Amino acid sequence: MSDAVLPEPRRRTALARLARRPLAVLGLVIIAVTVAAALAAPWIAPFGRDEQLFEGLTLEGAPMPPGGAFLLGTDLLGRDLLTRILYGARTSLVIGVVANGMALLIGTLVGVTAGYFRGWAGSVLMRFTDLMMAFPALLLAICLAAIFTPSLWIVALVIALVNWVQVARVLYTETTSLAERDFIAAERAIGAGNGRILWLHILPHLVPTIIVWGTLGISTTVLLEATLSFLGIGVQPPEPSWGNIIFENQTYFQAAPWLVFFPGMAILLLALAFNLVGDALRDVLDPTQRGRG
Amino acid sequence: MTLAHAPGAGAAQAPADPVLSVEGLTVSVATEAGLRPLVQGISFDLRRGETLAIAGESGSGKSITSLAIMGLLPTNVRATAGAVRLAGTDLLRLPEARMRAIRGDRVAMIFQEPMTSLNPVMTVGAQLVEAIEAHEPMARGQAQARALEALKAVRLSEPEHRLRQYPHELSGGMRQRVVIAMAIALRPDVLIADEPTTALDVTVQREVLDLLRDLRRELGTAIVLITHDMGVVAEMADRVIVMKDGAVVEDGPVVRIFDAPAKDYTRALLAAVPRMGARPLEDAAAPKAPVCSLRDLTVRFDLKRGMLGRTTHRVHAVEGVSCDIRAGETFALVGESGCGKSTIAKTIAGLVPFDGEITLAGHALRRQSDVTRAVRRDAQIVFQDPAAALDPRMRVGDLVAEPLVIHGIGTREERRATVEQLFERVGLTRAQIDRYPHEFSGGQRQRICIARALALRPKLIVADESVSALDVSVQARVLQLLRELKEDMGVSFLFISHDMAVVDSIADRVAVMFLGQIMEMGTRAQVFGDPRHPYTRRLIEAVPVPDPSHVHPARARMATEVPSPVRRRDDPPPRRVLRDVGGGHLVAAEG
Repeated sequence: MSDAVLPEPRRRTALARLARRPLAVLGLVIIAVTVAAALAAPWIAPFGRDEQLFEGLTLEGAPMPPGGAFLLGTDLLGRDLLTRILYGARTSLVIGVVANGMALLIGTLVGVTAGYFRGWAGSVLMRFTDLMMAFPALLLAICLAAIFTPSLWIVALVIALVNWVQVARVLYTETTSLAERDFIAAERAIGAGNGRILWLHILPHLVPTIIVWGTLGISTTVLLEATLSFLGIGVQPPEPSWGNIIFENQTYFQAAPWLVFFPGMAILLLALAFNLVGDALRDVLDPTQRGRG
Repeated sequence: MTLAHAPGAGAAQAPADPVLSVEGLTVSVATEAGLRPLVQGISFDLRRGETLAIAGESGSGKSITSLAIMGLLPTNVRATAGAVRLAGTDLLRLPEARMRAIRGDRVAMIFQEPMTSLNPVMTVGAQLVEAIEAHEPMARGQAQARALEALKAVRLSEPEHRLRQYPHELSGGMRQRVVIAMAIALRPDVLIADEPTTALDVTVQREVLDLLRDLRRELGTAIVLITHDMGVVAEMADRVIVMKDGAVVEDGPVVRIFDAPAKDYTRALLAAVPRMGARPLEDAAAPKAPVCSLRDLTVRFDLKRGMLGRTTHRVHAVEGVSCDIRAGETFALVGESGCGKSTIAKTIAGLVPFDGEITLAGHALRRQSDVTRAVRRDAQIVFQDPAAALDPRMRVGDLVAEPLVIHGIGTREERRATVEQLFERVGLTRAQIDRYPHEFSGGQRQRICIARALALRPKLIVADESVSALDVSVQARVLQLLRELKEDMGVSFLFISHDMAVVDSIADRVAVMFLGQIMEMGTRAQVFGDPRHPYTRRLIEAVPVPDPSHVHPARARMATEVPSPVRRRDDPPPRRVLRDVGGGHLVAAEG
């Protein structure tokens, strides 16, 4: 360690740095395409959402494989799979973004509050979190869904109420260790209030963890929605979601693999896209990683 | 242990064959831009019973050299040229399986932090036996006897009992002895000690250094001592290699290096080393009014044990401390770890609940909640580790401006101007304001922390071990900055340190603490020039002197329990009464 002067690194805005990463750009493109497709579904879908087409089934009543008029094939009721996936993107995006976002918000609030203030309030919050963790998530979701009449937004709420627990637990641990760090003591010593410390000195350090859990949560929430749909308490048929398309058809996986493959790919791609953007965002927002790409 | 009766160290002896010889060793790290050398062409020979010190500041490559000898380099770092010969065998060319057999058996290593190099879930005995059995197949009983011998050799009290204890039950010095016992249990030819005493208190450091010297004499082990501390070098080494930026600056016998250094860098390094008694003992100016007074300050932490979480024990961190810090003076608190000196710093900064009374620039404080924002304006704290005390996600300019923002001082432009002035005052440039903390070196970061503390123009700055984590040359410059600030701005300092030599170089008045109480207090001339309390004397004697010709007085060399500040709830520690022995020189009564 010497008093040597380091060269001045180049500085760019966070967005400009994000744009320099090809993988992040790829992720952003996939997300943009998915959102656009979901919004434009009524105009770009080749058929009606729940239209059962006569040409959609073979003479034996089996679904049509991909090709011809049905780009991705048809399902067991003769509905066009591409159309279903386009409309399904709406549900899955709402679940993946809204439900997951709510889960992150609740988890962050609970975890950070409990981790920073500790005391009896922190203990109560964390014991409640432990209780929720021990409770089977599916059972809880079923109970909640039974109380409220199922609709897309209720499903999103149910998923959020189930999924915040892990986030809270992880952020609690991180916050407790952050709160013990010297720079937090240094902030207190210059007279900084709790609000300032939490907002400016604790939350920015939790952003990487929140991003990781947020991107991981996309696929788990989409799949949880599918499970709920399968149990009849999720998004109600005939409204499609990527999850319920898979669950409706998984029994016929061998006879009609495309029915599981395409919606599965859609979930995978979306989760991957969020992961790529999340990873890049984490690096871009970390000042110690600057100038490395 | 049958101790080989080896003659003393090398210089006077006829040169025997070297045990370890390093020839042109170059170690490089693989980076995206290709191989970058960390250590370049270092060569030395080590003979039996000889101690070679590799000295240098952080980043000089001294630790990498020791890891290369042990074959313990990180995965992306490797030795790219040269040879390490142990009795003729080139260790760099050996396959890992054979290297493993040599490591611990023929070449052993002692690391800096004894707690992390011991396994916390195994007893000391089990770990020693495991290490012995790994290299020499023998009966369990025999291995246990060997383990006991090793513990006796490192002079642990009650060695039979220690075998059954876990690492956390031992004090830091005892743990380091266990680590040394493990290293010498197999009587290695070469012992590599990487900063073996840096994490230890001075009195414990003294014990460990004495022990290493005894072992070298008794067992004839050759020692490679890696250290940044020139005092330790002067005491231990026969020969010295001074390193800088991965290259050897100078090497030679210890007396020659200290008395007649040939290179400028060595000279500068030696000049920067703080020495006890280097500053003339002048009497302080007429006493001014106190800025901060502590009256009967007491800090206790409750320990809850048992099922019901009742308070059964208490940590008596600070126990009835009273002292005054006067305007424009540097008041130093010295003591070893756990003596409560840092707790006092945290109390003044309002980070810890306390009893007693603090008067700070006219504010009377009786409990933690009295330390309001207005009080904090008058007292600021600078922490030990500048890397940890700055939020890594904020620009340093914003960090320095933050106290002004919190206290609502000035407009944005005015704050910016203040920050620029502060940066220049502490020796940084305006161009550095928009950078992040990680872009600075350790010394620069500490300057930023000092600028931040100065932003509110406080009357008192508490410097809690603020120069301890810095290299000597950087340390000297930061100390100079603190001196200037005291002269120019009239700010008082509460300077907290474990390092007697640093305190001697900067303090006006000194208080020596032990187990939460003040043992001796007075001007620097009184405490260091005429130490009265036995603990003060012990501390001063323990400081390694950067002068190879200095002879330390002999003392008992047995490690025993260190008294603990943790006591039963109904058993508070006895208060020491301070007695004036003349001219305000206060000394605690024996007891």
